[in-house]
Amino acid sequence: MSMLEIKGLSVHYGMIHAVKDLSMQVNAGEIVALIGANGAGKSTLLKTISGLLPKTSGSITTLEQDITHSSPVKIVGLGVIHVPEGRRVFSGLSVLENLQMGAYSKKDKSAIKESLAEVFAHFPILQERLSQDAATLSGGEQQMLAIGRALMAKPKLLLLDEPSMGLAPILVKEIFSIITSIHESGTTVLLVEQNARMALSIADRGYVMETGRLVLQGTGKELAESAQVQKVYLGG
Amino acid sequence: MTQFLQQIVNGLSIGSIYALIALGYTMVYGIIKLINFAHGDIYMVGAFVGFICISTFKMSVLSAILCAMVFCALLGVAVERLAYKPLRNPTKAGLFATALVMGFILIYLVAKATLELDNLWAGVIALVLSLALGFFVYFTITPKGNPNRIAALITAIGVSFFLEYAMMAIMGPNNRSYPATLGGTATLAGVQITFAQILIFIITLALMLILTFIVQKTKIGRAMRAVSTDADAAALMGVNVDRTISITFAIGSSLAGAAGVLVGIYYNTLNPLMGMTYGLKAFIAAVFGGIGIIPGAMLGGFAIGITETMVAGYWSSLFKDAIVYIILIVILILKPSGLLGKNVREKV
Repeated sequence: MSMLEIKGLSVHYGMIHAVKDLSMQVNAGEIVALIGANGAGKSTLLKTISGLLPKTSGSITTLEQDITHSSPVKIVGLGVIHVPEGRRVFSGLSVLENLQMGAYSKKDKSAIKESLAEVFAHFPILQERLSQDAATLSGGEQQMLAIGRALMAKPKLLLLDEPSMGLAPILVKEIFSIITSIHESGTTVLLVEQNARMALSIADRGYVMETGRLVLQGTGKELAESAQVQKVYLGG
Repeated sequence: MTQFLQQIVNGLSIGSIYALIALGYTMVYGIIKLINFAHGDIYMVGAFVGFICISTFKMSVLSAILCAMVFCALLGVAVERLAYKPLRNPTKAGLFATALVMGFILIYLVAKATLELDNLWAGVIALVLSLALGFFVYFTITPKGNPNRIAALITAIGVSFFLEYAMMAIMGPNNRSYPATLGGTATLAGVQITFAQILIFIITLALMLILTFIVQKTKIGRAMRAVSTDADAAALMGVNVDRTISITFAIGSSLAGAAGVLVGIYYNTLNPLMGMTYGLKAFIAAVFGGIGIIPGAMLGGFAIGITETMVAGYWSSLFKDAIVYIILIVILILKPSGLLGKNVREKV
């Protein structure tokens, strides 16, 4: 079953034709990497999926539901949760309040408590920082909070935008192992990364995006071994 | 000493009113970065609603305050929906409606004044021309989102004039006086405190406590804070951003409505242009405390009120307005982000 199906999508970002006639698919249970250089349109694509940007043409469906013209509120309600680039935690709100914001669309209090326990299982450090202002966290902790906040919404499909950005290599490893364990607990993941090596190493399949178009696709292994990807994205 | 305490009491009561109005400025600025210049006029409308409730419907002061709060909340939401929201998310239908309505009013007035037509003909001509204008705009202009903030600011000034002169058209331009509802004075250690002052103080404190509770402890308050730090990220949490903005307007405007009735009781007088001076001073109070910061607005309101009465008491009441503007200049030079404001770091 396809968790996400994009057909012939075009998006204009101001005057820029940022996504051009793009079609892709993410199956339930998969972890799919979308790699590409800065400015290829990867973040624009994610913002479009989550309803923040209007579409010029094409269609997006999740679990057989058409979400092409749905509002972010509706898309979140369907379980498509987007962790934006640059973490975007709410400064001025405590860590706990940030996590509560993640569960904004949920009403069941006991379910929210369970999600909170799951988030703490993935990120024990957040439990220690619970009452701290989110702005005072380190970059790595903020990324953990951003992912934890998304988990509070019980995502069926998790859209991760550059989770490794600006993090030390040791933290990148940690974040990726957490992404793997989130995936193993049954969440479908669409992972946007500039760190192509890391992304392809954990992905079932991958797409390569260049100036708004998909130029290559294959399994994570195929892409990592492809000459073109090695030359352009893996530095050798 | 007695005089000093007396001025403190007076300053706190007028300061409460500034603080209530300042809260609305600061909340709206916090959430959509708009200086809502119409906010002072919402407060003026609140004063008139309270006046009508008390003098015409013989309601008690508390129920008049409640009425004014509800009315102003609805008015604030209407202003937001009709004037500001179309600037944030412009649609072709919105452009059409604006061109139609504004075109109709303008063409109608011009046709009546210059061509000396009667109402019917002026109306027909205005309808035809404004429809043509509406369709022309509809088919030629593609609205773009994310307009600059100046457009919203100018719109706010327009709304302000609209409310002032609409009220003048309805109630007349003259000063009116509130019926005396709360006589009586208590004397405490030589300091005179009127019952009106006590009422103002209690109501302001109660409203501030309720507001703080809503903003800090409830789900909607959390959403308001989240939208004010990052609206897009809040949308990704499933927050309905437009609805949250409307609720912010409703809360801020209802506080202004309460302030309107309180000032009517305190000074016994009201007129359609009263929103200007009080609005401006409350705005300065918000800037003084740090615009966008709720405790800052409370602090700023009290500080401005006390300074003003001190200057009037010890120096001359001629300077009581001037001192407020001097404070504004000084704070803008020394600490533009306000007393409680943090210097904003540029995001890289």
